[in-house]
Amino acid sequence: MSDNAYEAIIGLEVHTHLMTRSKLFCGCSAGFGAGPNENVCPVCMGMPGVLPVLNRHAVELAIRAGLAAHCEIAPESIFDRKSYFYPDLPKGYQISQYELPLCKGGYIELPAHSEGAEPRRIRLTRIHMEEDAGKNIHESGASLVDFNRSGVPLVEIVSEPDIRSADEAGAYLRELRSILRYIEASDGKMEEGGLRCDVNVSVRKRGAAEFGVKTEIKNLNSFRFVEKAIEHEVARQIDILEAGGRIAQETHLWDPVREVTRPMRSKEFANDYRYFPEPDLPPLRVPPDLVEAIKTAMPELPADQRARFVRELGLTAYEAAVLTQDRDLGAYFETMLAAGLKNHRTAANWVMTEVLRVVNEAARPLADAAPLAIESGELLKLVETGAISLNAAKTAFAAMCKSGKGADATVAELGLAQVSDEGAIAAACDQVIAAEAAKVAEYRGGRDKLFGFFVGQVMKAMGGKGNPKVVNEILKRKLSG
Amino acid sequence: MTSELNRMTIAEARDGLARRDFSAIELTRACLEQIKLVDPKINAFITVCAHEALEQAAAADRRLAAGDAPALCGIPLAIKDIYATRGVRTTCASKMLENFVPPFDATVIARLREAGAVFIGKANMDEFAMGSSTENSAFGATRNPHNVERVPGGSSGGSAAAVAADECLGALGTDTGGSIRLPAAFCGVAGIKPTYSRVSRYGVIAYASSLDQVGPFAKTVRDAAILLRTLAGHDPHDSTCSARPVPDYEAALTGDVRGMRIGVPKEYFGAGMEPQVETAIRAALASYERLGATLVEISLPHTEYAIAAYYIVATAEASANLARYDGIRYGLRVEADNTGELYNRTRAAGFGAEVKRRIMLGAFVLSAGYYDAYYLKGQKVRTLIRGDFDRAFARCDVIATPVAPTTAFKIGEKMADPLQMYLSDIFTISVNLAGLPGLSIPCGFDSDGLPIGLQLIGAPFAEETILRAGDAFERTGAITRRAAIL
Repeated sequence: MSDNAYEAIIGLEVHTHLMTRSKLFCGCSAGFGAGPNENVCPVCMGMPGVLPVLNRHAVELAIRAGLAAHCEIAPESIFDRKSYFYPDLPKGYQISQYELPLCKGGYIELPAHSEGAEPRRIRLTRIHMEEDAGKNIHESGASLVDFNRSGVPLVEIVSEPDIRSADEAGAYLRELRSILRYIEASDGKMEEGGLRCDVNVSVRKRGAAEFGVKTEIKNLNSFRFVEKAIEHEVARQIDILEAGGRIAQETHLWDPVREVTRPMRSKEFANDYRYFPEPDLPPLRVPPDLVEAIKTAMPELPADQRARFVRELGLTAYEAAVLTQDRDLGAYFETMLAAGLKNHRTAANWVMTEVLRVVNEAARPLADAAPLAIESGELLKLVETGAISLNAAKTAFAAMCKSGKGADATVAELGLAQVSDEGAIAAACDQVIAAEAAKVAEYRGGRDKLFGFFVGQVMKAMGGKGNPKVVNEILKRKLSG
Repeated sequence: MTSELNRMTIAEARDGLARRDFSAIELTRACLEQIKLVDPKINAFITVCAHEALEQAAAADRRLAAGDAPALCGIPLAIKDIYATRGVRTTCASKMLENFVPPFDATVIARLREAGAVFIGKANMDEFAMGSSTENSAFGATRNPHNVERVPGGSSGGSAAAVAADECLGALGTDTGGSIRLPAAFCGVAGIKPTYSRVSRYGVIAYASSLDQVGPFAKTVRDAAILLRTLAGHDPHDSTCSARPVPDYEAALTGDVRGMRIGVPKEYFGAGMEPQVETAIRAALASYERLGATLVEISLPHTEYAIAAYYIVATAEASANLARYDGIRYGLRVEADNTGELYNRTRAAGFGAEVKRRIMLGAFVLSAGYYDAYYLKGQKVRTLIRGDFDRAFARCDVIATPVAPTTAFKIGEKMADPLQMYLSDIFTISVNLAGLPGLSIPCGFDSDGLPIGLQLIGAPFAEETILRAGDAFERTGAITRRAAIL
């Protein structure tokens, strides 16, 4: 029995922090990294008598996210109370949106994953606003609660069950994160809890009309875990069905250590949240001119930038997709081109190989790890004009990453400029021809393979700085002469 | 002379302080002495703030001496123990918050501070404002100053009793279903529940957020108008608070009600009303006619559904509002081996019976499968009741009704029968559901000497109209304020 007889039906619920300075309903800092319970006040601690006041900037960022995902922005949406008891939830309810969310419908278009493939559209159900809870910490036998995160604004982005594989789920998440970063709505940092994901998974026989019974997997805080958990869960469900069993509709937790999902005890989740409209907040009215203003000020989205890279710069769809995974990367590439580079694909490949390598090796943000984009551009410009070789450029780049110096200075300092002067090259060629008379005779006798040997000798004589193209030309002329 | 200062109205005290006839310290001392004298009999206060009050009074005297006296400079007020007062314990009459000291002031408390008021103490109430008699208090029942065997009404019974007993010059209450108007009526003082959103709720411990409203008690309508002017107005901390400008309510008290159309709803005069109450209300209506107002019979046909709708909407909101009392961050905690058990024990020990009853009712009406049948229907009834009033106010300027079908009942009389207790609010609850302003003023006494209250209901933000009507009635002198029998 092959797994191929089944298809997976996957929907994702992504929670992401909005990049506001203050929390959703009070003036406390929404920043990450403060000491425990430093960013708290009576409102986000749920003291008796306090009331929420909605953060306008958070609403604007949520609208921006909605517009970027092609959602319809509701002219009037409402906040609801979602009730459950948990120590990190100060009011005993979370202010969320239930029946009337801010954004409805919409879709995320996934970039083609290989050349020639069709882009995929994953439809969205909704995007709604809500507040985050605090954090429980269990340490040395005690349970502590840090409320810094309590009240930090979130959007929950709910997809339709349009995703068909773990890979596609990963692609969806990467594209979503990229969009959120482009529009500066979220930094999408999973490790800081800035992006969290719940997954709904079911499987069905290929061609079946009905969906199977789904399970929900919680506690997924990295893209890799999402992919692994889906793979694990899909295989688990297929095994059960193949053995003649039934899937139980339940909530699973991802165990990142053992790399398995396990069902939560029924006590670990509440099943009746007793939603009702939040009486402390009037309906959220979004006037059409605000939506228009946000639309007008919207930065270029990754999909648009990708299309432009292909259309105007002649990149392949794959190259465009890699460069737009991250807003900083796309911007880096465009800044490089501003140095006046003619060969856009060389520049693209430079970013995809050299730049991404140093970023990954340094495990630091692009701005910290790589030289200024304009200096990278200047460096490639030197390659284009023949002033240095591509290999020399790589050497220079590595040095620039460490020193922070510019392209020209580094090339000069390391003496990487190549010699294109025909007189100097001709002299070196003459010297080699004179010294290797026997081999010259062999070559002229028909042993063409020796050409490489002569090039090597000339380069050696020139300390490796001869312009290979010019060396080839002159050497060929002289050997044949 | 000095010993009588506590009997003054706010208007009288304001003038006397301005003339320096007496000092704010003397006035505050007179109130504190009265508390010492009578509070053991009526238990109007949970916390008396003698030290803080005298400090505030001293500060008021300095401002008076400097000629820089704000509106309520040196006026001693009782504050219902539902308002967060920075540094002063705020219990909401619950064991749950027995030792809770808020780190912040409610908006109206901050406004009163700025206006120079003196906070004489935190007044007793029904726990979390749930009740109509001030018997549901973890700190013991408050008793009616007119007859200590009787309840003062609730939930703001401590505030009303303190004013009636001259323990202060005015007081703050809150009104969710009648909690200002009923105790005002039972204790024979003036009390106004303003339009929903007229006064900020920030720092008022929430019972039912869409119904709760802040309001004052006073010895006269004029005093209530003076207090309301300081309390009302926009607050950036309360998103439901109106930005409408606040009028000078005192200036609206012209004494002139000629041409005013007073609506009399037929549904409010029926079975269950004590004949002496109806007689007093009819007499008050006749007075208005003599003053040049006209009476108009109106109908509020959905009145009979008000109590049911109220106990759905109010308890639903309460069930969420009271979820924060979990023993984790503040308030009572009863330790246990695990979190679930800690919640259970803490809430079992911290809440009284009526609070538990309402939390359970509220959780039930919101639960899956019942939401549409109860909560949604309750909200629909609310819309219908609002519609009744809209139509009525097309034909009249003020609606006059009794505040309650009876005068103050006996302590303990209704504690065993919650439904009977809930019926005490039958004439006041619709006003909360519709978000309207309602004023309660004394309009007579029954044969036992217990006060009878007249309720004057206005259209949204028509506080000036009902205050003018109330003041005009008061000026006829038909009801001279009887000193409480203490």
